[in-house]
Amino acid sequence: MNKFYLIFISIALFIAACGGAKNEAEQTETTAQEEVKSEPEEKVAEAAVPRGQGIYKTYCQVCHQADGNGVPGMNPPLTQTEWVLGEKERLIKVVLNGLNGEIEIKGEIYNNVMASHSFLTDKQIADVLTYVRSSWGNDASEISEEEVAAVRASNEG
Amino acid sequence: MDSLKTTISKTILFYALIFLALACEQKPSENTDTNSSLPALPTADANNGGLTLPDNFGTVVVADSTGRARHIAVNDQGDIFIKMRRLKEEKGILTISDTTGNGKMDTFSGFDLYTGTGIHIYNNYLYASSDSSVYRYPLENGAVPAEAEPEVIVSGFPIQRSHASKTLAFDNAGNIYVNVGGPSNACMEESRTPGSPGMDPCPQLEYQAGIWRFDANKPGQTQKEDGYRYATGIRNAVALEWNDKENSLYALQHGRDQLNNLFTDLYTDEQSAELPSEEFLQINEGDDFGWPYCYYDHFKNQKILAPEYGGDGEKTGRCEDIKAPIMAFPAHWAPNDLLFYTGDLFPEKYKNGAFIAFHGSWNRGPFAQKGYSVVFVPFKDGKPSGDWEIFATGFKGKDEIMSPSEAAHRPVGLAQGPDGSLYISDSVKGKIWRVMYYDNVTTASL
Repeated sequence: MNKFYLIFISIALFIAACGGAKNEAEQTETTAQEEVKSEPEEKVAEAAVPRGQGIYKTYCQVCHQADGNGVPGMNPPLTQTEWVLGEKERLIKVVLNGLNGEIEIKGEIYNNVMASHSFLTDKQIADVLTYVRSSWGNDASEISEEEVAAVRASNEG
Repeated sequence: MDSLKTTISKTILFYALIFLALACEQKPSENTDTNSSLPALPTADANNGGLTLPDNFGTVVVADSTGRARHIAVNDQGDIFIKMRRLKEEKGILTISDTTGNGKMDTFSGFDLYTGTGIHIYNNYLYASSDSSVYRYPLENGAVPAEAEPEVIVSGFPIQRSHASKTLAFDNAGNIYVNVGGPSNACMEESRTPGSPGMDPCPQLEYQAGIWRFDANKPGQTQKEDGYRYATGIRNAVALEWNDKENSLYALQHGRDQLNNLFTDLYTDEQSAELPSEEFLQINEGDDFGWPYCYYDHFKNQKILAPEYGGDGEKTGRCEDIKAPIMAFPAHWAPNDLLFYTGDLFPEKYKNGAFIAFHGSWNRGPFAQKGYSVVFVPFKDGKPSGDWEIFATGFKGKDEIMSPSEAAHRPVGLAQGPDGSLYISDSVKGKIWRVMYYDNVTTASL
């Protein structure tokens, strides 16, 4: 009896852990779309931020750190820099193409290789960049899925 | 009676003064019995410059902010040469001196225009490296003469942005050993890209990811023409040192990064934070330590096949016969300098043992970052004779940090002074500590 109970709980947990994330994302997406109808701009960003945070943790945080301050001499900061707050196209291209070259931010030189993250979907890139542009004191506008799609199209073409 | 009393009082006073004088004699500032030919040790700073050390050790902060320091060298006069990662007032190498004898460096000068990491005194020359060349300068009375021109000893190392530090070591037969790091994390086809396979064979091993040997006295060498690949399969050995007593090369390898981030299905966040080991290597001519195909797992005490090459965290495959480290340290601590202590100032247990400067981790997230310390390893017969222990901590400035940019200081270079003092440099502000042992006498700080 107990054994079956444990298996049931295990399966339930497995579904919750492995399938749940997807469901949650879909639900959030639906909610966002519904809310777009009433109050377009702001609500999209609000929903994008928690989604973007999850993507950030998986793909970005190891190098750029939980506080967005990067690693001196290696991985550049994402806080209070024109690379993040400025032109959207350049920022989207960094995610799509990666960055392989020395860059200087506020007198510090950063050297590490950033891999291309073009395997992320337009929506994932839009969400993570919206999160980055609105976190750790950053206060720049959101980036939409369409904007990422447009840059990807011109990038590939 | 009065005169007798006075005589007694005077006698007591006399002996009291002698006693006090003797007691004063034992103060650190006047402690001269370690080596009578050298000046007395300066009094330790009240808070040991923010460091925590074993009992009876104390430090003087000899310089507080020299800039973005890397490795250091100390001459027979106790002057310090600092190799800079960024130019300081347009200088790539700084010389700092203490002209008053209080242990605080009061004279700063500098020369040359390239940045880098390696710096070492050998046979009355100062050797220093940029990320692509090795230079040397003649020394006169320990100093680099103002008109001295650098000689290019070796040039032509591959231009690389990752793991570019050309750290240096010298044997007793006129050879110089240069670390040439692998230019990637694990030789993936697409650098640091999730799921990308490793290149096999890894073409980076031809001129990188190993230790190259050259003639220390021959100017104008290039890596391709004159370099001898002494050892291979080493991802990056910023900490590189020749051990005179054992007549052997030693190094510490920076282990690979991002096991979980690149291979989410194979490694958990916890495993990725704790693996792989930072390896302490004893290097013989011709050795291969397995990078990029293998990494060391200090929980299994085995070289494990890297996931880029078909590994799953368990398989050993082609790594079974790869030479193991002589000691393994926790993952990602970033060993950036190694020094075998040969001085007489520290207690006997430190003699011929290894000090290692750990720069501190950046890829242990989402957990706290670790390392940021100087570690001591006792040695006997060329091998560790006991567990490693933390020798100096407190560099971070707080107990726990989540990101390396929070660290107040990060230890990066080590050097031994003529009196046996241990010098430690810091890459954040360029703080330089001088660590001394006060021979069972209470230091000023305690």
